[in-house]
Amino acid sequence: MTSLVIAEHINTDIKPATLNTVTAAALCGGDVHVLVAGFNAGGAAAAASKIAGVAKVIHVEGQHFAHGLAENMAAQVLAMATNYSHILFPATASGKNIAPRVAATLDVGQISDITKVQTPDTFERPIYAGNAMAIVQSLDATKVITVRTTGFDAAATTGSAPIEVVTGQADSGKSTFVSSEIAKSDRPELAAAKIIVSGGRALGSAEKFNDVMTPLADKLGAALGASRAAVDAGYAPNDWQVGQTGKIVAPQLYIAAGISGAIQHLAGMKDSKVIVAINKDAEAPIFSVADYGLEADLFVAVPELTAAL
Amino acid sequence: MKVLVPVKRVVDYNVKVRVKSDGTGVDIANVKMSMNPFDEIAIEEATRLKEKGVVTEVIAVSCGVLQCQETLRTAMAIGADRAILVETNEELQPLAVAKLLKALVDKEQPQLVILGKQAIDDDCNQTGQMLAALLGWPQATFAFKVEVADGKANVTREVDGGLETLSLTLPAIITTDLRLNEPRYVTLPNIMKAKKKQLDNFKPEDLGVDVKPRIKTLSVNEPPKRSAGIKVADVAALVDKLKNEAKVI
Repeated sequence: MTSLVIAEHINTDIKPATLNTVTAAALCGGDVHVLVAGFNAGGAAAAASKIAGVAKVIHVEGQHFAHGLAENMAAQVLAMATNYSHILFPATASGKNIAPRVAATLDVGQISDITKVQTPDTFERPIYAGNAMAIVQSLDATKVITVRTTGFDAAATTGSAPIEVVTGQADSGKSTFVSSEIAKSDRPELAAAKIIVSGGRALGSAEKFNDVMTPLADKLGAALGASRAAVDAGYAPNDWQVGQTGKIVAPQLYIAAGISGAIQHLAGMKDSKVIVAINKDAEAPIFSVADYGLEADLFVAVPELTAAL
Repeated sequence: MKVLVPVKRVVDYNVKVRVKSDGTGVDIANVKMSMNPFDEIAIEEATRLKEKGVVTEVIAVSCGVLQCQETLRTAMAIGADRAILVETNEELQPLAVAKLLKALVDKEQPQLVILGKQAIDDDCNQTGQMLAALLGWPQATFAFKVEVADGKANVTREVDGGLETLSLTLPAIITTDLRLNEPRYVTLPNIMKAKKKQLDNFKPEDLGVDVKPRIKTLSVNEPPKRSAGIKVADVAALVDKLKNEAKVI
């Protein structure tokens, strides 16, 4: 049994999601290899080789891997697949994009978003927005898996695995990267942040969202999140959305201001260690999951909280 | 150009599902069922492409029990021209659905298949990508904006840090994300017209597909419950609790 983890990386370095995925892979039993496929990705390969528990890093170079296009990434994984019993991707936008192409071509089912590894072929995963947890068994010889990173601790970076450079598969040529708009921020990444402050529709405008929530996030060194309603109304960018079909987070501290707590939002944050809810509405469902609930007007309470920290 | 839009009948998104105490699954008896919200967005996008003159025919497809016909009638009321039901009472998993859809794509030869990014019951997020692989087509998942012209689809997609735009040569697969569009309300005249639109029925065997599940559900349980929290009187009390009790700041 050997596992292949497809690294999430930015060419110069790996992203935290890779560390949690390696932990999940190790639990499947057997050696863990990490694939770094990218362009000028030596930095990412070097970082991957430092992950504890990794036996080998496979580094594939090519301009057509620069942006992680699913067709090319999947072709690369498939060229190596016969060596592995388990192929794991983090359940990030990238991992979710690529993994099913690999599974379908191998003619195997995919187990999405695992939260626990029970045995090498049995896993726990959430269904119905996490309102139910299913224990499922894969009947296929090769398991293709996406890993919910909040379900596993990050592996340490104390290792030193050998890096094998391998020639990559050719460009599929059917899709081309045109452009991207990725926000540059000094804030921690939402999916991996230890503290998240999240705003809801009650904030009323993009300006007020910024004026009220940003100072609190700054004080706490936190990432900023939002409810779907706030994003739909244009108060926060799409990639700040926390929820069933947005980001799944499990920080040490999640502060929800002006968020009512719809089922779909709770699905994205109910595994947070400590949840604080600030809401004017005593009946808001968010209070049912909050460890500390403050019934107050957020326009008064949040600035007060920022000042008190 | 034809576009195929698969739609899934799922538990309505407003329903808070209950886990059965015997651990065998979720109780969906007598629960309200609806079209998967992402699939509604897919039908809406296909309809808009038709209204722009880019697409000539929108075909809705659903796989599952006979009641999926209701979901298909809704799809036709939004704008699909005709529908196909692949009827079976077997449990269908994404790989099987992708194979059924491939068989229909081979028959119908659409240039585009638009799917919802994930179903809100199983939350798998696999079918569109699997279909793309089986067909050898390019894909653009989590679409935020779609433009189709000159044999290409330019799709802006939601990715973890923001947005990314890809150009795909047709035929291609697109999966929809939440903000791609806001589906129109279905009007009564369109509901009436939909009842008369063509709805064809196939069985998986007719399409030569083995739909046997590859993943077995051993048990379904409630998620761990959080212990009840407390209300704090004011900000000072909150800060005190966070620093001294929870020790998270």
